[in-house]
Amino acid sequence: MDFIPHTPDDDREMLEAIGLGSLDDLFESVPEAVRLGRLLAVPESLSEIELAAHMTELASRSAGAGLVCFAGGGAYDHHVPAAVRALASRGEFATSYTPYQPELSQGVLQALFEFQTAICELYGMEVANASLYDGANALVEAVNLAVRATKREKVLVAETVHPHYVEVLRTYTSGLGLEIETLPRTDSGTVEWGAHDVSAAAAAVVQSPSYFGLLEDVAGAAAAAHDADALLVAVSDPTAMGLLESPGAQGADVAVGEGQALGNSLSFGGPYVGLFATKLSLVRQVPGRIAGETVDADGRRAYVLTLQAREQHIRRAKATSNVCTNQTLMAIAATIYLSWLGPEGLRRLGELCVRRTALAAERLGALPGCRIAFGGPRFKELVLETPLDATALTKRLARRGYLTGPVLGKHYAGMDHALIVAVTERRTEAEIDGLAEAIEKELAEG
Amino acid sequence: MSTLERSAGTRAGEEGSTPVFERSRPGRRAWSLPDPGDGVPLDDLIPASSLRAEPPALPEVSERDLVSHYTRLSQRNWAIDVGAYPLGSCTMKYNPKLAEDAAALEGFRALHPAADEDLAQGALELLGILQRALCEATGMAALTFQPAAGAQGELTGLLIMRAFHASRGETRHRVIIPDSAHGTNPASVSLAGYRAQEVPSDQRGLVDLDALRDVLDDDVAGLMLTNPNTLGLFERDIQEIAAALHEVGGLLYYDGANFNSIVGVVRPGDMGFDIVHLNLHKTFATPHGGGGPGSGPLAVSDRLARFLPSPVLVHDEGAGKWRWDEDRPDSIGRIHSWHGNFGINVRAYAYLRSLGPEGLKRVAERAVLNANYLRELISDSFPTPFQGTCMHEFVATAKPLKRHGVKAMDVAKRLIDLGYHPPTVYFPLVVEEALMVEPTETESKETIDGLAAALNRIAAEAESDPDVLHAAPASTPVRRPDEARAARDLKVRWTAE
Repeated sequence: MDFIPHTPDDDREMLEAIGLGSLDDLFESVPEAVRLGRLLAVPESLSEIELAAHMTELASRSAGAGLVCFAGGGAYDHHVPAAVRALASRGEFATSYTPYQPELSQGVLQALFEFQTAICELYGMEVANASLYDGANALVEAVNLAVRATKREKVLVAETVHPHYVEVLRTYTSGLGLEIETLPRTDSGTVEWGAHDVSAAAAAVVQSPSYFGLLEDVAGAAAAAHDADALLVAVSDPTAMGLLESPGAQGADVAVGEGQALGNSLSFGGPYVGLFATKLSLVRQVPGRIAGETVDADGRRAYVLTLQAREQHIRRAKATSNVCTNQTLMAIAATIYLSWLGPEGLRRLGELCVRRTALAAERLGALPGCRIAFGGPRFKELVLETPLDATALTKRLARRGYLTGPVLGKHYAGMDHALIVAVTERRTEAEIDGLAEAIEKELAEG
Repeated sequence: MSTLERSAGTRAGEEGSTPVFERSRPGRRAWSLPDPGDGVPLDDLIPASSLRAEPPALPEVSERDLVSHYTRLSQRNWAIDVGAYPLGSCTMKYNPKLAEDAAALEGFRALHPAADEDLAQGALELLGILQRALCEATGMAALTFQPAAGAQGELTGLLIMRAFHASRGETRHRVIIPDSAHGTNPASVSLAGYRAQEVPSDQRGLVDLDALRDVLDDDVAGLMLTNPNTLGLFERDIQEIAAALHEVGGLLYYDGANFNSIVGVVRPGDMGFDIVHLNLHKTFATPHGGGGPGSGPLAVSDRLARFLPSPVLVHDEGAGKWRWDEDRPDSIGRIHSWHGNFGINVRAYAYLRSLGPEGLKRVAERAVLNANYLRELISDSFPTPFQGTCMHEFVATAKPLKRHGVKAMDVAKRLIDLGYHPPTVYFPLVVEEALMVEPTETESKETIDGLAAALNRIAAEAESDPDVLHAAPASTPVRRPDEARAARDLKVRWTAE
């Protein structure tokens, strides 16, 4: 099935109209020497019925999706309300293009305007863009903004920022000659900002809740950054923003985060949505699209893409970023999700995460030979240390029906026995007890 | 025929553009979550100083109002599901519904990205087959799915270019791009730490080969090309271009924005390209979501494979399994938080498996047929400055209407009233009053006949009744918004009046 409507008569009539004898004649400008001259060696066409069976079979061999999910590290098994899924999958949103013709795009533009408002509210900021690719990309763009704004090239990154984000930051900026320095954690698992020299830095980067699930001293980081005329970039979990103080209120200059948890499914790592918000004074340095309100020719409220002179299609080599396509549909889902929750629901969500994570810490920390690394306070993740190798333990727990991790040894020296356990509002006390029991059995088997 | 009705998305006494925040009433709610139960006081778990002082001012609405608000917003929006979307360079083709079902399967939708390879073999096998098929279609040797969109693919390719030259002990500074290139090309070049240098098009609308030879030297890291180019013309000197570039040690980069017109007909690798990004939301029919998500996998030739972002998906023949290879000492590093836009890749895979080899070739043939047919039908009203057969798109000019005081933008807005999404206007910059039209292969002859009739009618109206063009659109929920005011009186978030 190829979704092409042309009948043989259509082909003939259309070729006649343009004065060509065959479909091959359409490609006369392609040199003979480079033409393929055969069909592509790709799998044969399937009917819809065959395809559905094939896809179902492949999906059935992704057993990780069926486990009780205690995995975290930047991607989380939160509840996606039925209304969010139904609305965000509407074809009018899903199959539309970038809203360059505003008269035909008021729905997407208004949803993005609402999204920007909601993200400003969560992060305590004045301006947000219409989304970036993912959390890592949002961090990169924040650092690049700081480099432009301060005309400095040094970047200080807390060791407790998501290691993948830091890897992406290093890759993205490898051609720009930035100096990226890691600030180590103390025994408490957090960074002591007063102990570090921040001078000459463009940006300091803090993540709270951190990769270890702990609350970092964002206000202290902001004070240290501002003393050195650097910008503070704060990575923040948006689901914590109903309960915890916002990065803006704690002095951050740019707040970024991963928006997957806001109504988007895990989907093996994407499509997710990068959140980016900052102060109004920096709006002309913001990367990517921004929706703005205006009026139409009749004075009616209308929405458009605005300040486009920042962007690649206008400014080309001097644009604030190369981003074009973003993650609009995920941003729309996040907007609907946040409207579904409201301030009370978001606070309840945060409270459930905190209480159930505390419960898990209590139960898992009491297992023989196990301990919860670092004292807390924590939001929805904990670092569990056991006598077993963490990679082996996660594999064994999967056989007992529980998905945990990521393991920490890959990115942190001396943490081969440590793994992340994430506890969202979806996890019940029974499931937490089940996980504890599974770990206990594995410990007994040694 | 009207398009989005003027009243679309409104109820009696309500303005369609009312933000959800203005529908908020204190204490109203849509949420439903478990009771957290009694326990220790919350500030035993979180210090009071870390608790939020002011709650975020999110809307408080009932689920019923929430659903109608966003349903009505969706009705104030054009989409490929609604009708033709002939935006040049955007390849807005039909997005098959079977792909949505596939991506929604629990084994894909609910799979955590940190899940062990053994728990994700079905997902990895899907990516593995898709990886092989995309390498076959591009004539490349290896591929990464990490780039979330074309521009991220461009950056990845340019960083690989940088790593390649560095591996040979060379530091090069410039990347050549044609003057008709997409804006992402020069922006990505800057972000990769290179300097973009433009080469002009000649009177054929193609890269000026002599001008290119003049700028090529051993400081040139590479050349980025879209082929066919943004004028919809195939760069017929591609072999000479590749040879000249390779002679000075540069790498040839293929921007896959226009791949739809050549899939199954000619492969970038066979033309001499070293690096290729694809836009799966174009050629492979994944829905574009109002401007994203996309997916921009990057494929490279054999000699560049070692530089791909880590980890790389490989098949372990011995174990009969797919796995992530993280032992990549020459890798440029990670470019995405996880594995790229997997859910989009699932849809692209479903599309690929649905079409098969014959279907893919029919795509290119009918995309090119539709573009040439439409160009012919409107050629008297909107001439094309460059001669010869076009590929999947063409760039016509509205310049003849200027004598009536009518611009390309007026044509675009009037087309809306006649029931069609406008083509891309004012791009590429090398054509005055440009109308860049790409009907795609999924539009029928009748749709194209109708679109042509509408465009020809507009050309006639430009002479007889230009005011109706200047006043267009009249049928949409809003008329032309004041964009200057939006930038001047900046309002980029809702606030209570």
